[in-house]
Parts: sequence; C-alpha cells; structure tokens
Amino acid sequence: MTEDVRVYVEEAPGQRTEVSGPTDMGLSLMELLKASGYDIQATCGGMALCGTCHIEVLAGPALDEPSDDELAMLESLPVMSQGSRLSCQIRLTERLDGLVLRLMPQNT
Amino acid sequence: MNSISTDICIIGAGPVGLFAVFEAGLLKLRCHVVDALPQVGGQLSEIYPKKPIYDIPGFPDILAGDLVNNLMRQIEPFHPTFTLGERVEGYRKLDDGSFVVTTIDGTEINCKAIAIAGGLGSFEPRKPAIEQLESFEQGKGVYYMVRDPETFRDQRLVIAGGGDSALDWTIFLANVAKEVTLVHRGTTFRGAADSAEKVKHLHEAGKVNLVLSSNVTHVHGNGQLHAVTITANDGTATELPVDSFIPLFGLTPKLGPIEDWGLELEDNAVKVNTLDYSTSEPGIFAIGDINTYPGKLKLILCGFHEAALMCQGAFKHIFPEKKYTLKYTTVNGVPTL
Repeated sequence: MTEDVRVYVEEAPGQRTEVSGPTDMGLSLMELLKASGYDIQATCGGMALCGTCHIEVLAGPALDEPSDDELAMLESLPVMSQGSRLSCQIRLTERLDGLVLRLMPQNT
Repeated sequence: MNSISTDICIIGAGPVGLFAVFEAGLLKLRCHVVDALPQVGGQLSEIYPKKPIYDIPGFPDILAGDLVNNLMRQIEPFHPTFTLGERVEGYRKLDDGSFVVTTIDGTEINCKAIAIAGGLGSFEPRKPAIEQLESFEQGKGVYYMVRDPETFRDQRLVIAGGGDSALDWTIFLANVAKEVTLVHRGTTFRGAADSAEKVKHLHEAGKVNLVLSSNVTHVHGNGQLHAVTITANDGTATELPVDSFIPLFGLTPKLGPIEDWGLELEDNAVKVNTLDYSTSEPGIFAIGDINTYPGKLKLILCGFHEAALMCQGAFKHIFPEKKYTLKYTTVNGVPTL
C-alpha cells in the first residue's frame, strides 16, 4: 500500500490548503484537484488542448520538463509565468510530495 | 430580422444536441439547432477533433470529428435547420405556452419547447487583463475573433498571441491590412512550425512587424481605439498607433446568458428532473454537460440517453393530449420528416 502524496494549494498569499491523493491509480494532478473540489474545467479531458487546468507551481520538488504540446498550449494563453504548468500533464507520483501551487485565473 | 418556426429549439450543436435531433425526429418533432460556434460539433470540433473516443457503444474507438460527421449523417433524414455562429441571448414565453428564443444577432426562433444542450456553455474568447479593453469592444477597435477579414482592409493592426490562430490570422491579414504587428509574450512559436516559418518570412520581407518577448499592456482611445502600448519583458514601453487590436488567446467555455434565465442552477449547471430532464421552467429541458442531478456523469454516452428521455418529455409537453407508443427503429426503420 503506497502513501498518499501531499500537495498544497495556495488560495491567497500565505494561505495554503493541503490536498492529498493516491499515487497508484494513474491520476493526474488535475484529477486530484478536481476531486478535491477545486473549480477546474479541464474541458479537453486531460489532453493539453484547452488550458483550463492552468496552474502556477510556486515551490517544491523539481518536475519533469513539460512536453512540446504542453508548452504550445501554455504559449497560447494570455498569461504565463515561469512556473506555469497544465495540471493535467503532471502525473501524481511520490516525487510531487510537498509541491505548492496556485490555480491560474480562467479567463486570463 | 430572421424568424424561424420549429417544434424544439436545441441550444448547442454538440454531440448531445445533434443526437437530440435524431430522437426528436423519431417522434416527428422538427428541430432548429443554434450554436455560438460557426460549426457543429461543440467541443468535439472546436477543441479536440482528432481525439479518439473509446466509450461510444458500437465504436471501439472513433475520432471526435468522425463522431460529429456520423451524427450529422444520422440526423439528415429529419432535415434539421441550423443557426451557427450566433449565441443565444434569451427567450420569452408567449401566452399560448410557446417560446421565442432570441440570439445576439437578432434571430428569433419560435418553438414549443427548448432543449438546452449547451455543454460547458458558450465558448468565449479569453481576454487579456488590460484596463479599458472592454470599452473598445463592439466595433470600436478591439476584436477577439475575425468574422470578416474585410473589416480590417487597409488598417493598422496589432495581433497578440502565440497560438495557431494568432499566426494564421497574421499571415492572412498581411494581405488585407495596411500594417500588421504580431506581439508575442515568448520568443518562439511552438504551435504550427509551418505557420511560424511563414510569419518569419513575412517579417523578413517587411510585410509583418514581429514583436517578441512583449505584451500589449494598455489600450488608448476616445470612444475609438487609436493606440496600444507594447511593453517588452525588460520593461521598455512603446506606444503604437493602431486602428484595430486583435488579442487571440483561445476560447474558454462559460455558462453565459443562460445563467440569467431564472432556471434553478447548482454548481454552474442547470438542475433537472431525471424523469425527462426538465428544468424548473416547464417546457425548457437541459441535457448533456450543462445539466446536473444526483449521480450525473459528464459523458457523451449519458448525454445521448438524456436526449432520448428529454424528447419523450418534450413530446408530452407539446402534445399533452396525444398518446405516444414507443416504436423501435429496428422494426420501423428511420422515418423522415
């Protein structure tokens, strides 16, 4: 039995909520955030095609480099920061433990 | 003003809306379908036409675009009519219990029942966070999509964005506008290498201005846009005179005007009775991703089932005196209207 991985959602500066999920179900970070009640549309169902699960990684462990498809989608959004990622493209693994992120506003 | 008369006005031309046409057709009900997008298919056509779908009965896998094409073939015998590229704004109920659905462009659809199959809502352009941007909408210089390229004939244009549509329209409008400037936050275009190459060539040929590592940060004008400020990532700002500014940052779905229809909502979705997918307003039904009920699953498969039951409910609403006997298509084939 694997331990759940814990990630932290920053809802306002200094205000973080812990969410945790299993690492043995092939879930993505987007699926964990949705299941935790966060308002993420994920219109395309996790294919890096819509940008509606855009997050900003604020701190935590190093992640795998984004794919070209993910970068292409991020490039097409009005706002992109150094830590911008599509949460649907990040697999939930033990390596994510301690990740701090914020949800990016949907219309910008 | 365009006026249409039908039995059911289906709002949304996604797979569920299209299949509702088929189910309505079996009951000899005419349908008119309205969608804000210029083509049928909803998300399937707009966002992922090449995505394989694995949970459509009878199809081990089918591309989203092919499913839309098949649905269009399936509903052909019922001759549905369409209003595409127009967003539904509102409706009014007449004394006889029928409805008039109105679109943003003034089209009116007289109908006896309304089926909202709006998916995630209408796809609206993502707007960059620029102060006063909205005051230049409605033909005053800011456009989020190119409906008619001739609008920009001989104009000075600034296009912002790094996706395919920003590149494609830069290429196209280079031959229409007097001056085209493409502003992109990054230094590379990852979407379509071919389009990026064409833009580079146009830039080298002096036909397009390419401003990279920059954003449009301010818009200026007095009732009509006359300039934008482009700020480079190093903070350098330049004011550029323009006639039109076209930010192209893709589309994002929103519930839209249906939110203000007075229907009972929950979590940004329309609450329905699973008996017939009726909403809190008699004669208005909601099917597919736009509705919610206990146990709701946002699957195309479930939307098809909802469409079938909704049409039964719509039939009873339209013809309360008529008795309907379920006929199987295997026995009767597909009737035409």
